[in-house]
Amino acid sequence: MDRALERLLPRVQKPARYVGGEYGQVMKQPEEVRVRIGLCFPDTYEIAMSNLGLHILYGIFNQMDGVWCERVFQPGDDMETEMRAAEIPLYGLESGNSAGDFDILGFSLGYEMAYTTVLNMLDLMGLPARSADRESLAPLIIAGGSSCYNPEPMADFIDLFVIGEGEEVGQDLIRLYDGAKTEGLTKSAFLRLAAEISGIYVPSLYQVRYHEDGTIAAVTPEPGVPERVTKRMVADLDKSYFPTEGIVPSTEIVHDRVVLELFRGCIRGCRFCQAGTICRPVREKSVETLAEQGRQALRHSGHQEITLSSLSSSDYRDLSGLCDELLEFCEPRHISLSLPSLRADNFSIDLMERVQKVRKSGLTFAPEAGSQRLRDAINKNVTEEALLSSLQIAFAGGWSSVKLYFMLGLPTETDEDVVAIAELANKILWTWKQHATNKNRGVRLTVSTSCFVPKAHTAFQWEAGVTMEEYLRRVTLLRENIRNRAITYNWHEPEGSFIEAVLARGDRRLGPVIEDVWRRGGRLESWSEHFSLARWMAAFEAAGIDPHFYANRQRGDDEIFPWDVIDSGVSRQFLARERDAAYENRLSPDCRKACTACGVTRIGKGVDCHG
Amino acid sequence: MARHRLRFTKTGRAVYLSHLDLMRTIQRVFQRAGVRIWHSEGFNPHAYISAALPLSLGVESVAELLDFEIVDDTPLANLPELLNAKLPEGITVLEAWEAERKVKELVWLRIAGTLEYDVLPDTGEFARALETFFKQESILVSKLSKKKEETQVDIVPLIQEIAFQPDGAHQVRMEAVIAAQNPGLNPNLLIEALSQQAPELVPDFVRVARVEVYDKDMQVFR
Repeated sequence: MDRALERLLPRVQKPARYVGGEYGQVMKQPEEVRVRIGLCFPDTYEIAMSNLGLHILYGIFNQMDGVWCERVFQPGDDMETEMRAAEIPLYGLESGNSAGDFDILGFSLGYEMAYTTVLNMLDLMGLPARSADRESLAPLIIAGGSSCYNPEPMADFIDLFVIGEGEEVGQDLIRLYDGAKTEGLTKSAFLRLAAEISGIYVPSLYQVRYHEDGTIAAVTPEPGVPERVTKRMVADLDKSYFPTEGIVPSTEIVHDRVVLELFRGCIRGCRFCQAGTICRPVREKSVETLAEQGRQALRHSGHQEITLSSLSSSDYRDLSGLCDELLEFCEPRHISLSLPSLRADNFSIDLMERVQKVRKSGLTFAPEAGSQRLRDAINKNVTEEALLSSLQIAFAGGWSSVKLYFMLGLPTETDEDVVAIAELANKILWTWKQHATNKNRGVRLTVSTSCFVPKAHTAFQWEAGVTMEEYLRRVTLLRENIRNRAITYNWHEPEGSFIEAVLARGDRRLGPVIEDVWRRGGRLESWSEHFSLARWMAAFEAAGIDPHFYANRQRGDDEIFPWDVIDSGVSRQFLARERDAAYENRLSPDCRKACTACGVTRIGKGVDCHG
Repeated sequence: MARHRLRFTKTGRAVYLSHLDLMRTIQRVFQRAGVRIWHSEGFNPHAYISAALPLSLGVESVAELLDFEIVDDTPLANLPELLNAKLPEGITVLEAWEAERKVKELVWLRIAGTLEYDVLPDTGEFARALETFFKQESILVSKLSKKKEETQVDIVPLIQEIAFQPDGAHQVRMEAVIAAQNPGLNPNLLIEALSQQAPELVPDFVRVARVEVYDKDMQVFR
């Protein structure tokens, strides 16, 4: 180990996060590989190691001949200060080698608030932030993940974006790089070739012109470069790699358990939900595959907990059968099985009763809106009746703590819809009073609200987000209407959502703002202690950019969006139809009931998208 | 008392695992190796394992003892091989046996250390000065108790032997036998004594390793 590093490690919090060496890590000889990759996660070890996508790509890339893929994460504050003072550049956890010397550095961009951390990590590696200032082929700075469905705000910094699921396109890209490195290609020659791979977006090959009002006039690709980049996805998840022999962290992380991915995509079509669109079509794994992967991962890791994960796990066709198979393995070994993100229906509660025999700690539901009208408008197929009847069973079965998540600021929301949240909470309390088996323990009902952020590639991509002031007015209204002391109301502060709203639908003119915020000290901004609205406002002002243009402006029907260059497979016409349906409080069926002709079958050939 | 005991090393990158992390890791290692060990009862059963002397973060060791109890038919002799295949880098099981002695009979620890001095004119002289310092009849060191109150400890009765040797231009080697428990001497307190009473001898960096464990008669404890 580096002597300078050895000296500072005893002084930092939880140094185990910075040394690698975990069970399951992949070690190779540097002289025996041709391409060295850093999987960069713009957050600390605990968050990064909880990310399933990271483990999948790590496994796949390390199986490739001549490739060594390592992990590179943002250090905590104390460690960053020590590293900068000792002039230790950010390094790969496996080898301890400086990440700036690697061939490809791939950032996972799952949320907008991570953008400044990307610049900070590049700086810690000793690399210039801007793509144009990095002349050589290596290191190639790439990014993937759900927030790359609007890549434009990061266009100045990232050499190329990988759109969609990275398993296959990632390998295509690495092979191309491998050849380019051998042939001594320049960075610009390589980028031209990479742009020919389906699913790869090279922002420097596109020119953007603007109207005087600030909206986009035209986006022009260089000759031979595709006008739109279509996302990539894995057609058959049963045959796709799953990390059953992955890295097992030696120190505690956020999700310290085996995670089984039941399916990708979602049959529901919640109109606010970006994941529900970009992950289409739904693709399930078979019970046999899942049960075997679960058993293998548990045997390999020694974890005492396994959880099922998907956008809407209770929509898995044979959830009950899968749970039976897993319980057969888990119970004799004292392994617990947990079921997150269940829908509020009776079936789910029955299943919870069966699976979680011991702790009946808490139930969490996300009705998202308080009134049936608004739930219909956002196509959240949850009725009050179903919610109350599920809770009736739950209360009768001994549960006494319920958390409910809502959004304020959804399109078409009125004050009546806001007050309806309080009314729904009261009805839940009444249900508890009527059906609870043990009233002495009391009931704990928590209502949480966050500020809705309209996202690209959704039915609400045209909508103006509510201002921070309006969100807070609605918070006050709701607070005044929640009078029962058994109900706790928590609301998220709107400042972070405001910036998220700017970045989520922003264009490449935001690059200088992001860079400025980072220079003013911005990083790890999804952690509230690191976020500062003032820093962002100062940067907007310095760049002469009005953030409300992005966050709070209603877009024209035919406006060219910055993210139009990305094709998620779902058509703009479908999204527009869904938006109209929202205005008419009209539900759309889920993919199992009827096809809504979203358009994704164009790219998902051979995929049975009826879930 | 759990019936079985093993000795393992904690070296290299593994020295940065906290005691809690280490315990969780070893519980998982038994699970990975498919060796069933005794679980605590109750709502949340967990594998019972107990380290004889928790090791401070950053300290290396080749003499860590861990008590546990196998409840299936895995032969003890196979245990090191089974577990070593499943352990993270730096942790290696050396041997496993039927525990006969109680952990409280463990009285002394042998430690070896390297004291690094970035600027040092004469390591021999420093080694002699260090030895003279620790040969005093009493060395009172103030430290914070668990309740965060300042207390004074005389560390001399807790040191059975201590020696310093020059090792190259910038290092002094330390070998010592110190009290293991009730009360034990944290090796950090040796350096703390220097910084309180002989700051000119405080090294720029210290590396410490546990080498062996003994009973009250200085017989190797197993």
